[in-house]
Amino acid sequence: MSSAPPLVSLDHITRRFGALVANDDVSLALRPGEIHALLGENGAGKSTLVKILYGLIQPDSGTINLDGVARRIASPQEARDAGIGMVFQHFSLFDNLTVAENIALVLPAKAGLKRLEARILAIAERYGLALDPSRPIWSLSAGERQRVEIVRALIQEPRVLVLDEPTSVLTPQEAETLFATLNRLKAEGKALVYISHKLEEVRGLCDCATILRAGRVVATCDPKAYSAHALAELMMGRDIGAVRPPGGGAGGAVRLRLNRLNLASPDLHGISLKDISLEVHDGEVVGVAGIAGNGQSELFAALSGESSTAPDAIAIDGHNVGDSDINQRRGLDAAFVPEERNGHAAVGAMSLADNLLLSRHALPGLLRHGLIDSAALRARTVEVIASFDVRTSGPDAPARTLSGGNLQKFAVGRELARAPKLLIINQPTWGVDALAAAAIRQAIVDLAAKGAAVLVISQDLDELYEVSDRLCALAHGQLSALHAAAALDRSAIGLLMGGSGHATREVSHVG
Amino acid sequence: MSASALRFRLIARARPSRTLVLLAPVLAVVLALAFGALMILALGKSPLQAFSVYFARPLADPFSLAEIAVKASPLVMIALGLALCYRANLWNIGAEGQFVIGGTLGGGIAVATHGMTHATFWILPAMLMVGALAGALYALIPAVLKVTLGVSEILVSLMLVYVAQLFLDYLVRGPWRDPKGFNFPVTAGFDTAAILPPLWPGGAVHAGVGLTLLLVVIMGVVLASTRFGYAVRITGLAPRAAAFAGFDQRRLTLALFALSGGLAGLAGAVEVSGVINQLQPSISPGYGFAAIIVAFLGRLSPWGILVAGLVLALTYIGGEAAQIAMKLPLDLTTAFQGVLLMCVLAADVLTHYSVTITRPAA
Repeated sequence: MSSAPPLVSLDHITRRFGALVANDDVSLALRPGEIHALLGENGAGKSTLVKILYGLIQPDSGTINLDGVARRIASPQEARDAGIGMVFQHFSLFDNLTVAENIALVLPAKAGLKRLEARILAIAERYGLALDPSRPIWSLSAGERQRVEIVRALIQEPRVLVLDEPTSVLTPQEAETLFATLNRLKAEGKALVYISHKLEEVRGLCDCATILRAGRVVATCDPKAYSAHALAELMMGRDIGAVRPPGGGAGGAVRLRLNRLNLASPDLHGISLKDISLEVHDGEVVGVAGIAGNGQSELFAALSGESSTAPDAIAIDGHNVGDSDINQRRGLDAAFVPEERNGHAAVGAMSLADNLLLSRHALPGLLRHGLIDSAALRARTVEVIASFDVRTSGPDAPARTLSGGNLQKFAVGRELARAPKLLIINQPTWGVDALAAAAIRQAIVDLAAKGAAVLVISQDLDELYEVSDRLCALAHGQLSALHAAAALDRSAIGLLMGGSGHATREVSHVG
Repeated sequence: MSASALRFRLIARARPSRTLVLLAPVLAVVLALAFGALMILALGKSPLQAFSVYFARPLADPFSLAEIAVKASPLVMIALGLALCYRANLWNIGAEGQFVIGGTLGGGIAVATHGMTHATFWILPAMLMVGALAGALYALIPAVLKVTLGVSEILVSLMLVYVAQLFLDYLVRGPWRDPKGFNFPVTAGFDTAAILPPLWPGGAVHAGVGLTLLLVVIMGVVLASTRFGYAVRITGLAPRAAAFAGFDQRRLTLALFALSGGLAGLAGAVEVSGVINQLQPSISPGYGFAAIIVAFLGRLSPWGILVAGLVLALTYIGGEAAQIAMKLPLDLTTAFQGVLLMCVLAADVLTHYSVTITRPAA
């Protein structure tokens, strides 16, 4: 931690949303030449804090000081004028415009497009961000899109740059490139805010860390001086046990077989699945790695039956089901957990009991004489709530009143309570707090240990290594070969995630 | 960002309070009455006197009460079907046409059997069944176009209303006109065998009112406790979740249009058999459109629709009385119904969202 006077400091910031105190007396000092990590669980108040810094939200009390002078930041424009740049987690780019056009949108109208392209190239070269200003956004990979966002922030010459979960969409190789850029910015004396929950990353990159829990600062420390486990404990306020490792099965019979699965995308810039073949055996967890937008949702839809394929492209327990609907597949003891909880796995406005029926109504047990047996439904719901420790007021609580982690536990628990022989799960712990994530991963491993076949589609490599026996990667709609997880290191899976080995598209600008 | 005006933003309430949900329709009615009072004032009449003629007197008079039940019956029957569609985000606007076609073809049985004296027991059931079937098939036209070609069901169902009305108009002026009718564009009056009996011997309301009540109960059970009702509820709230549950959107669309069209057609057959007793160029004072208001006023729930149907029927009866007693135009009733719908929709939005006003920084 350097002792230079801070460029920007947030002092005693408090912000309430109704009864919730999102930021409670939070202070943060950003010094030049320092990468400052902001750590915390989902809902700890990180986003609120940086939105206050960027002028999107006004604090109820507390001050923002620029070079020691108190200043009100009323809008993102004022933040940019004050030298504060922001790179959001979710890209805000127009797909059909070029890189230069997207960047021009945030600049005053008079900057000519030709001159702008030269400036973009200059900045891109200075910071090692390979970019072609004339390419349309839709043709870019996630890593390239992020570079556009970073260049767009840098072209306004900020002194402070905020990055929100920047590596969540990157392969390990792309992340390394990003770190080199960030270190260059740091060497120039800029102050960086780095929001992440990937603790190893933070320990390698950041000089200082502020840890938030439930809206309060619980520690400000040098992250290199702590172990990742110790940082996690600070974030959570309690110890989280490690997931018991998978058994290393793959001895069982073939439960799920994909045989040259093809699925054309109905969207113009969508991803088509190409010739996917795969076998998942009883008793093993197969992990499918890949950056979002490489065909994960399409693969899940084909497996669940929400999209229809050639009948023999998918076989469950030897039955061709490519053109069967989701309930016919459930009838073969298959269970599905989609990525999106709200509106896909669950209906927010409906009670948990009604949500239990979502994946169970076609199976025996919950209907009597054609009428929903509400007593049985409530009883089954209470069982799921109890066995998965779902924090809720009861089976009548609307699904939307649950936190993300609790709703995900419910969505997973609903399927596992049926003791399925095959589980297909997409992004099992996306946006879920660490305790719930650990519980869900443990449940996945335990299910396989009981003899079920599990296919996990995930962007989170840590998660995949925790639960998988075998791993492969999905890139541009194509699946790589399967490898034993223990024999595949991170850089190898990173290359597969980038699409190498398919030769359909160059891996863009790694290194 | 450059706009300097105040900005209104609707922010979803996490959990709308239960009292507010129950109170909202009541508040909407009160607000609509206030607007109605202003309209009556603008016409130079006393609102208090008008309200007494409109609402108080019909409720105190047994004959008017029976009239209200008879008027509410088709509104409720149609609205039950519409509510199913609307819950699933399907916009059947053409119930008026389905009502007319059901009444026309159901009534056609009565025209065809006119003068029959033996074995007439089947005529009434046949009229009701043909009416329901005609309405269902008629509603399937927009539904099939929607699921096969992606045509807007709103436009098609609405335009088919006029087709149905003109079809009836042609029949009663042409082939089905009563030869002994002094050239009036009406069919012969129905035989007794084609007329719905009273609900109880000597009663003032016909048996169709009982049928409506039965349908309210059935719909309540279907919606709350069957897989079909469950599919309807999820489809409207979260279409992707409905797909995850394995409900086929296209099949559901066809089923719901057929059902709502069938109920509207049945209501049409009941109306010609129980109330009008013949076919004439117009057999509906706009029941199919007013039922849209009834469906929303009743919060798309069967019991709510029953209450809302009675309220709207009251405005019809009261409107007629006010026209006679106070020379208030009948259009006032239509205007009032429109105001009522606006108030209900506004109350609905405000129950689920709170309004915040933001003033952009100077």
